[in-house]
Amino acid sequence: MRKNNKFEKANDFSSSIKRLIKEIKPFKVLIIISFVLAICGSILTIITPKRLTKLTDTIQAGLTIDKNNIKLLNEKIALSQGQDIVIDGNIITFEDQMIYINEFKNLSSNSSVTEIYDLIDNLPESIQNVIKPKMNMETIRNICLLLMSFYLISALFSYIQSLCMTNVSNKFAMNLRDRISKKINKLPLKYFDAHQNGDILSRVTNDVDTLAQTLNNSLSSLASNITLCLGSIIMMFKTNSILAITSIGSSLLGLSIMFIILIKSQKYFVQRQTELGALNSHIEEVYSSLNIVNTYNGKEISEEKFDKCNDRVCKCSIKSEFLSGLMQPIMSFIGNFGYVAVCITGALLAYNNHITFGVIIAFITYVRLFTMPLSQIAQGLTFIQSAAAASERVFEFLDEKELENEKTKTLTLDKSKVKGNIEFKNVSFKYDDNGKTIINDFSASVKSGQKIAIVGPTGAGKTTMVNLLMKFYEINDGLITIDGINIKDLTRENIHNLFTMVLQDTWLFEGTIKENIKFNHKEINDEEVKSVCKYIGLDHFIKTLPNSYDSKISENDSISAGQKQLLTIARGMCEKAPLLILDEATSNVDTRTEELVQKAMDKLMEGKTSFIIAHRLSTIKNADLILVMNEGNIIEQGNHESLMKKNGFYAKLYNSQFEL
Amino acid sequence: MMKLFKNINLKEWLMILICLILVFIQVWLELKMPDYMSQITVLLQGEGSKMKDILTNGGFMLLCAFGSLISAIITSYLLTIISSKFAKRLRRKIFSKTLNISPAEVKKFSISSLITRTTNDVNQVEMFLSMGVMLLFKAPITAIWGIKKILNKSWQWSALTAGAIVIILLTIGIIVSIVMPRFSIVQKLIDKVNRIIRENLTGIRVIRAFNAEKYQENKFNTENKKLTNTQLFNQKCFAVLQPVMQTSMNLLTLGIYFIGAILIKNSLMANKLTLFGDMVVFSSYAMQIIMSFVMLSMIFMILPRANVSAKRINEVLDTESSIIYGNYSGKTAESGVVEFKNVSFKYPDADEYLLKDISFKVEKGQTIAFIGSTGSGKSTLINLVPRFYDATEGEVLVDGVNVKDYNKDALNNKIGYVSQKAVMFDGTVKSNITYGKSKNKITDEKVKEAIKVAQAQDFVLKMDKTYDSHIASRGTNISGGQKQRLSIARAIAKDPEIYIFDDSFSALDYKTDSVLRKELKKYTKNATTLIVAQRIGTILNADKIIVLDNGKVVGSGTHKELLENCDVYKEIAYSQLSRKELENA
Repeated sequence: MRKNNKFEKANDFSSSIKRLIKEIKPFKVLIIISFVLAICGSILTIITPKRLTKLTDTIQAGLTIDKNNIKLLNEKIALSQGQDIVIDGNIITFEDQMIYINEFKNLSSNSSVTEIYDLIDNLPESIQNVIKPKMNMETIRNICLLLMSFYLISALFSYIQSLCMTNVSNKFAMNLRDRISKKINKLPLKYFDAHQNGDILSRVTNDVDTLAQTLNNSLSSLASNITLCLGSIIMMFKTNSILAITSIGSSLLGLSIMFIILIKSQKYFVQRQTELGALNSHIEEVYSSLNIVNTYNGKEISEEKFDKCNDRVCKCSIKSEFLSGLMQPIMSFIGNFGYVAVCITGALLAYNNHITFGVIIAFITYVRLFTMPLSQIAQGLTFIQSAAAASERVFEFLDEKELENEKTKTLTLDKSKVKGNIEFKNVSFKYDDNGKTIINDFSASVKSGQKIAIVGPTGAGKTTMVNLLMKFYEINDGLITIDGINIKDLTRENIHNLFTMVLQDTWLFEGTIKENIKFNHKEINDEEVKSVCKYIGLDHFIKTLPNSYDSKISENDSISAGQKQLLTIARGMCEKAPLLILDEATSNVDTRTEELVQKAMDKLMEGKTSFIIAHRLSTIKNADLILVMNEGNIIEQGNHESLMKKNGFYAKLYNSQFEL
Repeated sequence: MMKLFKNINLKEWLMILICLILVFIQVWLELKMPDYMSQITVLLQGEGSKMKDILTNGGFMLLCAFGSLISAIITSYLLTIISSKFAKRLRRKIFSKTLNISPAEVKKFSISSLITRTTNDVNQVEMFLSMGVMLLFKAPITAIWGIKKILNKSWQWSALTAGAIVIILLTIGIIVSIVMPRFSIVQKLIDKVNRIIRENLTGIRVIRAFNAEKYQENKFNTENKKLTNTQLFNQKCFAVLQPVMQTSMNLLTLGIYFIGAILIKNSLMANKLTLFGDMVVFSSYAMQIIMSFVMLSMIFMILPRANVSAKRINEVLDTESSIIYGNYSGKTAESGVVEFKNVSFKYPDADEYLLKDISFKVEKGQTIAFIGSTGSGKSTLINLVPRFYDATEGEVLVDGVNVKDYNKDALNNKIGYVSQKAVMFDGTVKSNITYGKSKNKITDEKVKEAIKVAQAQDFVLKMDKTYDSHIASRGTNISGGQKQRLSIARAIAKDPEIYIFDDSFSALDYKTDSVLRKELKKYTKNATTLIVAQRIGTILNADKIIVLDNGKVVGSGTHKELLENCDVYKEIAYSQLSRKELENA
């Protein structure tokens, strides 16, 4: 299995990316806008260095002496013969000329530039005006204004673009979460038997989050980064191919090292995640069993195991963190390396007058423009890899086979008119197609208003019977009818409407007591809630709470299991459905309270068909019909007296209560 | 946060010191580079400069870059080791603490919160240590050093750079102050969304039975929308950051060049070349300074989160267990004697007593049972023996010695406790039975025997690897009844003087229940047994039954005696069995 995974991975990767693309199609307008903006922004970023070159060149032109001017001056002075000369409207007196000649006399042909520059400041103003370089402020201002508008426009583009992508990713995530929440209600219960809640939960939160974040960060940056990369390569070659090769070569060298690190560290990251998971489950296990850990002196054993897991986490974390920590320094080294490489090559070229200084400045920017997006693409790819894994999990869940569509079913049983004659005819059922049969050729007939008890040892199939009746599962063979109508022809909603069901599992949600009792039945008024609670002896307890019926129930609360069960019973009683199912509904309540509840129920359910599953046989003694189940079969049926007389399985079960 | 850092040991402090020095070197090298850069620019600029000079300067620059790379790598390595080991130690500390504090304190935190504190919160602090400390060292050093370097250049440039820094800091400040409070809102909304999904999953049968799918979907929808909108708002705010920083950096360069052009134009010829070099150098220093401010602001984004986490961790570490063990080693004259002397109990911050003035004594080999309605205090009462809680008033004595005087192992070795909810650990059947540290080593024979007595042999032998079969965490791969039998076997294997069963037979059907108790009685003739039960059948033959009502003893004696003189007991009994059945029993 494991070995195949690697081969499948690539395949899965491309198919899940394809699926992802298909799923985000509804947002295509926004995505296209942001892509176009990203590309435009990148193009603007790429063409700016060229302008920057021009800017530096212009500034530089403002500080180098035009040799032609000196030559012209020299010629004119040689011809002046003591006369004033005029160059470009500047009058140079003879005295000035003499100073100039005296100053420059000392210069030899190999004097440095600085020496010449120092001399110029000593010259009279008229001569300075001729040979001193002039800064073309107008050109500079124009270039600056142009660049400024470029920068502002590209900033605007990038803002609009991220707005688009933020919208897309968040709305997409919301949509996915919504779909998952709806999907839960459409899946057969079978699915939940085979999957852990924690797993489904992490699909809603972790996986959807990963997906949204990647979408937000990587997708648009991928577009702009690719454009930047390609664009800067083109611009570099257009400007100067030798420098282009130098800078690309030097950055590629570093980038390949980075890629290797990236791939290597990915492995350790995965390992760390797994080890963290192992540590977490150990912590969870121990924390939720503290009483046992303590009384069995399990502290040392737990700590030993904890240390082992903790050690592994630490080791993996050192490796992964260190490797990923290398990224940043290496990146900046590559930047510097590229800089020096460009400078030296540039100097060589400038030395031979192939290029101007501005070109080198431009290239320094290009190197940065080239390496930054490349490393971002590399990082983005790893994000996308994890997003692909996440999307696979999300879509796998959304693609699960749903419950049968019931739109074609038109038959309905009216809640107020249903009598409650229920018939099981040769019902057979197994959870898995290849699994063992849970219910085997089960037949029973229930008359309107009867109280039916189902008893039997654990695993006999009692709860399964109820699940079939509620159409939580579809039967494999036989049929179940309510008032003569096959439940296959009724919608699930209709059937659920007919039944009130109270389970052993006390399910309450975070909300007030009132909300929990009313649940989705908004038509129930507060008076009804109160009277039901009084009936089952819950009213007193609720009144002791700080806000009585409006008190919030939350997970940590110290409401006892018994009180929780009473609340669920109250919820069931308020629903007022004509048929009743109690599946171990009073197992957490003490027997006296149970009796109270039973009485209240009996009153409410007078004349209504009810099914009761119970461990405590005392609860069901007065049932009209007791079905004794063992290993999926009904092995005995009848009322308490007749079954006791029979002295069979039921009698044994019953008498075991009094044995020691 | 500082308090947590006390957990860093001397060696690690030394390593941090080395890091600090290395960061100094790194920054020094990094700031040295622009000098070489400017030399190179000047050399490129001037005519007649030699190729050799450029190469030398370039070489030095590369050397600096390489040096800073090396010191950065070493720093990162050291910090990774420090932070990982620190996190490891912290996790261990919280874990041990959690095992030491009493259930009362655990309840105060709630288990799920303790789990996040041990894992998630430690991760936050670890991340801060590995990233934040580096930034915290590097950013100010770079900023101050960089500012020093450019301070004596032209004031116009400095002013411009200061302006850019102010703009960036202002933007970050405004965004953070708007978004920060919403971060915690997002966290809460995520919790809510998770909770509703969890509700949907755990209550799936109830929801379907009530046709409440739409109701739950609507609830989810509201929170989902709120979450999306808050997140959208946050991210829209953050989207401003990137363009603002980019633009201010770009405009700063532009501004430096523009001002540079004016300065050069107006300067003396002799200064022009130096000014040009300065300009190039200044722009690169300015970038570094701005980057360091951006780094600094990043710290202020992680710091609050790490701080919250540190606070949460400290809360756990600072908790003193209300249960303090004595040092009595457990050698007693008697064995299997449990006595309550005028015991009263209330939760530390509660007003009402849960147990009031309870006294009784059980001798070796006797069985005592506790019965009463939901909330009558039965479980609380027996929880005082293994010291999950301590009696508020009065004394609990085991073998004539107050439970508070025993050391932990000695007390626990006397007791075999089986909880209401069966607990299974990830491992095998055998490892679950031999769990913990008992006074004698538990042999394989003993394991088999215990499993047999607990009526678990049938299904254990049917499992694929019998005693070595895998048991999943929380025993999800076996049924409730099977779990309960294995957890009873765990107590039996320990051979304790005193058994405590806190409603431990509830998941068993009557038949198994009665066979198990019969076998157990045979096997544990000399042990004392304390049972909490709801079924009359389970306790019928106890030597003594104590009836509790609202935390008070309302009756005690044998079944027969109680049937005659205790009304509460009678009521309970008759609610389960008929008069005739009870008399026959």
